[in-house]
Amino acid sequence: MSMAADQGDLRPGLVACPACVVAPAAGRAASVAPGPGRMVLSLPGAHCAVCISTVEQAMATVPGVISARVNLTLRRVSVEAEAGVSPEVLIAAAESVGYEAHELDAGLLSATETDRQGRDLLMRLGVAGFSMMNVMLLSVAVWSGADGVTRDLFHWISAMIALPTVIFSGQPFFKSAWRSLRAGRLGMDVPISLALILASGISLFETWNSGVHAYFDAAVMLTFFLLAGRYLDHRTRAVARSAAEELAALEVPRATVLRDGAEVVVGIGDVVVGDLVRVRPGGRLPVDGVVVDGTSELDRALLTGESLPVFAGPGLAVMAGEVNLTGPLTLRVTAAGRDSSLHRMADLVAVAESARTRYTTLAERAAGWYSPLVHILSFAAFGFWMWKTGGDLRFAVNISAAVLIITCPCALGLAVPAVVTSASGRLFRRGLLIKDGTALERLAEVDTVVFDKTGTLTMGTPELANIASHSGAALSLAAGLGAGSSHPLAVALAGLNEVLRAEVTDLREVPGYGIEGRFAGRRVRLGRAEWCGAVSLDTTATYLDMGDGVTHAFEFADRLRPGAIEVVAGLRGQGMKLRLISGDAPGAVRDLAARVGIEDWTAGALPAEKAAAVAELTAAGARVLMVGDGLNDTAALAGAHASISPASALDAARVASDIVLLGQDMAVISDAVRISRQATRRIRENFGISVAYNVIAVPIALMGLATPLAAALAMSLSSITVSLNALRLK
Amino acid sequence: MEILGILIPVSLGLGAVGLVAFIWALRTRQFDDPKGDASRILTKDYDDRPKQ
Repeated sequence: MSMAADQGDLRPGLVACPACVVAPAAGRAASVAPGPGRMVLSLPGAHCAVCISTVEQAMATVPGVISARVNLTLRRVSVEAEAGVSPEVLIAAAESVGYEAHELDAGLLSATETDRQGRDLLMRLGVAGFSMMNVMLLSVAVWSGADGVTRDLFHWISAMIALPTVIFSGQPFFKSAWRSLRAGRLGMDVPISLALILASGISLFETWNSGVHAYFDAAVMLTFFLLAGRYLDHRTRAVARSAAEELAALEVPRATVLRDGAEVVVGIGDVVVGDLVRVRPGGRLPVDGVVVDGTSELDRALLTGESLPVFAGPGLAVMAGEVNLTGPLTLRVTAAGRDSSLHRMADLVAVAESARTRYTTLAERAAGWYSPLVHILSFAAFGFWMWKTGGDLRFAVNISAAVLIITCPCALGLAVPAVVTSASGRLFRRGLLIKDGTALERLAEVDTVVFDKTGTLTMGTPELANIASHSGAALSLAAGLGAGSSHPLAVALAGLNEVLRAEVTDLREVPGYGIEGRFAGRRVRLGRAEWCGAVSLDTTATYLDMGDGVTHAFEFADRLRPGAIEVVAGLRGQGMKLRLISGDAPGAVRDLAARVGIEDWTAGALPAEKAAAVAELTAAGARVLMVGDGLNDTAALAGAHASISPASALDAARVASDIVLLGQDMAVISDAVRISRQATRRIRENFGISVAYNVIAVPIALMGLATPLAAALAMSLSSITVSLNALRLK
Repeated sequence: MEILGILIPVSLGLGAVGLVAFIWALRTRQFDDPKGDASRILTKDYDDRPKQ
């Protein structure tokens, strides 16, 4: 089985990803000169033909850009530019036409961007396909009655095509078989390689001696079908890998450092503990540190799940990855690069993920008993016929080769990848992207679902909850003040429908506190409770000081994600236990739990506590599905039995999860569970089908009645049945 | 049967042309962005060619 044997060499690469991708990031980013020749931007929003031309044209208008090309499959644009063009200008250009863009470290990406392994497999698959068609053409002639010199000629031509093909295209199997033999294991690739070598060898010998039967067609067909299975398998993994690379994009590669009073832009690797770093509003914090100057508000939603921005002033300890919202900040660095909290989070993910990869797939379990059985059968056939024919080596080897060819897991090799590809396709059309080949099997076993709140069950955009309890005057004043800020709560107030904005003069934003202005001769304020002279509530709220001693509290609720109520009902209907674990304040979590109907909720959970809660459930025997979006969820996502994150999630969270929800509507998650259960059933059926074929074909081969035609028929029929069965998924 | 002397090389040759075309397409990275290429046929401006 392709998956099983591959597991050894591919999986560790993937597992180590979050850690190894991040680890060299700091060192490499240090060497990035301002304005490199080639830059790569990630474009998470690109999805259509118009996106391609819009973005490419926007890039081309930037002075100094030589060429730009969008890769829609990877959702990236690579830009060739003269030295001196900064990535910020390109990002601004992309944003000006409405596309979110992030800088990716080009040096870090180029190592894996080419997907050499995929191209290599495709090349071998193409060669095997070419040979299969030609050899089959010649073989059909032989089967339909060519004999004598014609048959020998056809066999020789087949040999000339098939032998180089098997040597070239069979390499992935030979290499993997050799590796597993040296490790003292009997992987699925050992019988495959043995069958390929024996089939080619014996056919060559028969051809040399003008024999009747040659198995060249079987050898190339086997190579082709198995490579097809392996390529499908590789594709599922390649998606996951390219997502893992983007974890590096989160690491802001540059920082603005104050040296001798001047601002210098340096690579993140050059920032040392004790440096002063300047962060502009809208920027992501590059390092851990303590605020020494400036006041602002920080959006920690992705790190902690808090929906409300927190106040930042001198003395506050801040973490890399938080977003500075309103005013410029100067930080004294306490940890940079590998020691920053962002890296520690990545390490947590790596640890949790390595635990998950110990999962044994159905395919591996099948391979566990299959390989030894095949070898024993083939060897027994050889021994029996040696004894029976009194030492006819040629005949006995022929029989044992036929047994190996017939039992060779053509159908088994397709059994899992065909179903996974078909199920992934179906889920993709419903808006779910399956990143990991084993995710479907794991999802099918789930019995407990843990949800995150902010950004997962909710959209992360606030909505005024107590609109009815405010007078028109208060609302219109709040809207007028709100128009002066880009703070999320202010934006929500300013965007209220059917509310006329009051004409507030002298609008001024006080970073970290709120907005102040003059209205009807009085000073009015919108912002934090203490600043407006109001009593702070325990829910998400902003406060209005009308200047006449009256204050108003505007309470906000996070807007529910479409389908949130349906998915909770749907999963409960399938008998799942549901939990809500959030890093947000208790009030907000309690309200949301009541709205969607989850009784079991926890608030104020730290990232490590989330992961611990998941580990605890797992230890108690539950199979947990984690649904989350923030950096605070990544460890829990990686540690859960299966995990789903929305497309709006942080790259790190998407990397850690098996399935990405592409659309807004989350009702499809209960469909995903249903489809995955169905897919697992199909995989089992496919194993049954291949076993059934073997039960019929193996005795024939053991009796010495198997001809190359019979082998070809058994092989293609079983492969086609298995593929058709995979397509029955609904 | 002499016809085989022509037909077999012809069939192998045609297959080989297909194989070479496939290898060329693979080497020049034409399978790197299948989704993008499928969309690009819908745009009016030519790419991979100097704009006039």
